[in-house]
Amino acid sequence: MKISEIEKLLEGRVVCCEHKMDLSFEIACASDLMSDVLTLSHDNVLLITGLNNVSTIRTAEMSDIHCVILARNKTANAEMLALAKELGIVIIECPYSVFRASGVLFQTGIKPIY
Amino acid sequence: MHFTYNVEGGNFTRAGYASSEIKKILKQLNVDLAIIKRTVVASYEAEVNIVAHAYSGTIFVDITPETILIKFVDEGPGIPDIAMAMKEGFSTATSKVREMGFGAGMGLPNIRKNVDNMNITSEVGKGTVLELTMYLQ
Repeated sequence: MKISEIEKLLEGRVVCCEHKMDLSFEIACASDLMSDVLTLSHDNVLLITGLNNVSTIRTAEMSDIHCVILARNKTANAEMLALAKELGIVIIECPYSVFRASGVLFQTGIKPIY
Repeated sequence: MHFTYNVEGGNFTRAGYASSEIKKILKQLNVDLAIIKRTVVASYEAEVNIVAHAYSGTIFVDITPETILIKFVDEGPGIPDIAMAMKEGFSTATSKVREMGFGAGMGLPNIRKNVDNMNITSEVGKGTVLELTMYLQ
């Protein structure tokens, strides 16, 4: 599923790396615990989280995650945006809860890791 | 090739900077992507541990055609019981660390999972030395 479709489905807004709307994803994980995210060995995973600080972007970098969905109306701060831009990581801000965002994406074919 | 990075305890804004640099270097060297991921995940966990628990630290990186050696030396409270610290779920992290998405007692076990060799020594009141090895061949 392309980022442009994810943005639409989640009533979200891409706030970083808008030029990467054609990136496509098949699997996702949802977590506020970055330690959990760092245990994933899969590549090209969508991260759905409510944790809006710079460690989210650093964790995405180390885990080769190219798109972060910030749920429950969390917004990316300037530090996050600057780092995500430098690293080419897409950020989507979304009004849905982590549960709802995950449910919508699951229903439309995005697969869980476990 | 040798590289050295300083890490400041408590500075979460810069946590991951050294591991990010290591990732860039390994990519430039065309190291296998799976090895890069395992290396930088372990390195980032260790770097976050210094930021979370120590006053300061230094990361020494030594890359040869055969191995990647990364040594993390910190000045800090040390680890009284390393066997306990290696257990998944054991943590002494502060609430600040947990706010950053860490502190679930998963760091050291995840480091061990990702590297080919891991050696940790610690002296209470002085600090901890963590040595990680990845084999490239």
